[in-house]
Amino acid sequence: MKAFIESLARNRLAAFGAIVLLLLVLLALITPWLPLADPDITFPANRLHPPLSEGNLLGTDALGRDILSRLLWGLRVSLAVGIAASLVAALIGSLIGIVSGYFGGRTDNILMRGIDMLMAFPYILLALAIVAVLGPGLMNALYAIAIVNIPFFARNIRGVTVGIAHREFIDAARLSGKGDLRILASEILPNVLPVIVITLSTTVGWMILETAGLSFLGLGAQPPQADLGSMLGEGRRMMINAPHVAMLPGLVIFILVMSINLLGDGVRDALDPRLKSGALSRPAPMTRIRRRLTGKHQDDAGTSPASALLTVDDLHTDFEMGRDIYRAVNGVSFTIHSNECLGLVGESGSGKSVTALSLLGLVASPPGVITGGRIEMDGRDLLGLSAREMRRIRGKDVAYVFQDPLSTLHPLIRVGDQLVEAIRLHQPLSRGAARELAVTLLGQVRIPNPQRRAEQYPHQLSGGMRQRVGIAMALANDPRLIVADEPTTALDVTVQAQALALIQRLREDKGTAVLFITHDFGVVSQVCDRVAVMYAGRIVEVGYTADILDAPRHPYTRRLIDCVPRLGEPDNEPTAIPGLPPAANALPEGCAFADRCDLAEAACRHGEIELIATDAGRQVRCIKPLGLPVHARAGVAP
Amino acid sequence: MTRYALRRLLMTLPVLLGLSVIVFMIMSLIPGDPAMAILGSYATPENLARLRADLGLDLPLPQQYLVWLGNIVQGDLGRSFTLNRPVLDEVMERFSATLILAGTSLVICTLVGVAAGIISAIRQYGWADRIITLLVLVGISVPAFWLGMLMIMLFAVELRWFPVSGMYSIYGGGGLTDLLRHLALPSIALAVVAAGVIARLTRSNMLEVMRQDYIRTARAKGLDESRVVLRHAFKVALVNLIPVIGVQAGFVIGGAVYIETVFQWPGIGRMLVNAISTRDILLVQGGVLVVAASYVLFNLCADLLQHWLDPRIKA
Repeated sequence: MKAFIESLARNRLAAFGAIVLLLLVLLALITPWLPLADPDITFPANRLHPPLSEGNLLGTDALGRDILSRLLWGLRVSLAVGIAASLVAALIGSLIGIVSGYFGGRTDNILMRGIDMLMAFPYILLALAIVAVLGPGLMNALYAIAIVNIPFFARNIRGVTVGIAHREFIDAARLSGKGDLRILASEILPNVLPVIVITLSTTVGWMILETAGLSFLGLGAQPPQADLGSMLGEGRRMMINAPHVAMLPGLVIFILVMSINLLGDGVRDALDPRLKSGALSRPAPMTRIRRRLTGKHQDDAGTSPASALLTVDDLHTDFEMGRDIYRAVNGVSFTIHSNECLGLVGESGSGKSVTALSLLGLVASPPGVITGGRIEMDGRDLLGLSAREMRRIRGKDVAYVFQDPLSTLHPLIRVGDQLVEAIRLHQPLSRGAARELAVTLLGQVRIPNPQRRAEQYPHQLSGGMRQRVGIAMALANDPRLIVADEPTTALDVTVQAQALALIQRLREDKGTAVLFITHDFGVVSQVCDRVAVMYAGRIVEVGYTADILDAPRHPYTRRLIDCVPRLGEPDNEPTAIPGLPPAANALPEGCAFADRCDLAEAACRHGEIELIATDAGRQVRCIKPLGLPVHARAGVAP
Repeated sequence: MTRYALRRLLMTLPVLLGLSVIVFMIMSLIPGDPAMAILGSYATPENLARLRADLGLDLPLPQQYLVWLGNIVQGDLGRSFTLNRPVLDEVMERFSATLILAGTSLVICTLVGVAAGIISAIRQYGWADRIITLLVLVGISVPAFWLGMLMIMLFAVELRWFPVSGMYSIYGGGGLTDLLRHLALPSIALAVVAAGVIARLTRSNMLEVMRQDYIRTARAKGLDESRVVLRHAFKVALVNLIPVIGVQAGFVIGGAVYIETVFQWPGIGRMLVNAISTRDILLVQGGVLVVAASYVLFNLCADLLQHWLDPRIKA
């Protein structure tokens, strides 16, 4: 509650709305005690005085009544009616919603069909029909507006209740012998209350506006009783001679509703957790780069091996969520050579995908920020490129194959057109020629009947076929590097094997380098020349695939390899790694794996543990690498 | 698609039936003798007797409903006693005027709202976004009837750019130009609220879509931002927005009641307000029924359009 009010107060607009609303409500409450003229006493001799006349600060209306006084009394009525209508609608609507959502089945069906019926009417028309039945009058207008707003509450509340009604704590309450009524009151109601408040705060202004509207039409407040709407309606007749009579009540309604809406938006934002997590903001075209650290090997950046296609040096990528900073990539360096396949292996959350996406600035930002390092290709630092320069590399020099092709292909564009688009972005081909190339590409990835498939939408293809389309799209412009981010994880085993074979074959045919991201050492052993193992945002071991599989040096690598079931060795049961990786916003000192490692000792939890070279082309981030004689260790300790 | 359309059409029938029940109840819920209530000051003994026979008021309620429904299906909505003409004729004449107004408004609010929402989403938290957010807030808080009066005073009375009220000029009027001149102010006044709502929902929808994986794919291809937004993101957002626009159509038709009163537009909203004041119940019934049924059919079309645009659901 305290956090809610604090977050509301921080929102300046909402605070402003709250203050204005409070003032208006206060004014309405103390009106009877203010030294005002009687709002209903007519004084024909004083009719239509303009504002600022003597004795009538805001002038008089057609019957010589003081407008200021009438405004304040009218505000009282409008506020009271609007709030009463909202409460009635909230009460009945929420009740229907809760009952419908909790009991479900037939009850739900009947109630919701009724609500649908109400919603089939254009909103105000239904209110008019109700007033036609009940007859004009302020109370009847109140009922009419309340009734037409019931569906909003009923639907919203039902949705939330359905979500809660099947949760464990409700079952627990039921098993403990609580009756439905008690469960509704003690378990359901407290959980749906925020939704009721949000719905209420976003509809109150609207309901005040609508009751005023009915009065404006002469169907609400009847003379001599007046609310702001009926004053506006009366003023309309002398709009041209004495505009203030109509303008002032309208202005008050406007200010009142505006203040409520400002506050309502604030309440909604304060209660909506998505806003804080950044889930409602649009990712920028390129990941934000704010390098605090430049590559630590800055001076020897030019000395990277000439055969290297891509060199990543001390890359840091953070996620900034409110005050928390998650270090997703925490100083990663590696190189990829032409025609090489480098595997990047680790559990989910180890930072491998973020590393891959950082290469071309594709990490969603906010919340992602690249805070340090260099990514070098052709002697250029990719992190220093403009958006325009980056676009020329994306899809041309470096192409991506993503994990889940159902969510990564555009659902409403034919696959052929998606390919044509990719081709024409980087090649000066006519639409027809690009189309032919697209069909050829589909054939190359072994999609049967490519001509027809090109006309289809992603949802019409099978999972394996969709991934082939993803691979075809990556191949469209003959890239020098393909970044494959778990390209086979979403596929079943046989399809997985076909996709791997496809990637293998294309590498042989075209000589493309591949950065292959996976959590599966089984897959690594099939396709990767070298492999880098990542844990908690860092590379913990890197080397040739055969060497690492043969003799892992890092305990984490060994555990990962043990996770792979081996054919023909039924006794060798795959073992899961106990425990969870550390939270990326609270990385421990020393080795991040220490808490899950059987071999950890006190020294593992202190200081910075560096990557050390062990064998040829091999590095490991461990102070006591497996399978090495003790003297080898002593020599390289930092 | 055809099968879906047929199924959807069949599902509309119970809704229409339900509507007719509710509208029928309007009459039967009125306390006292419905014939008396319908005729009001026109309740001569002959009239009363004729109406009772017409409506079958001596029958039990369900049978009365069937008689009434039978009449409606044959296009007989009864006779307005205040206007002394068939309800159907009056309703159709008035409703077409409302459709011109509301249709124009719907086009305006859709174009303006969607454009504002997209700009707002692209420039999230920038100046354009802030200004649009503020305008949207003003738009959904301003009483449409008051805004209409302000517009009359500024653009019709002071600047004399547009006529003050009505649908056609009384002298030398007629023709499309005259209609458009009369249409300008009320259609804009009517569009303001809905434009605000559409802008808001377009913005949040675009932001939602921009976070999807296929947008990242589009960027990974090397697509420039304007095409990512307009071709890839908007395509999906538009499909999501169609039902929103369908709902807004209901608000626009409802809001027409106020705007027609302010601008003296000879539409069905004004007719209903008058009919309620004069207790011309058959006219109210007929008007509500026709408008509500058209709204249901409009939403049916919106639904079919959405399915046609979204190939995922066709399968």
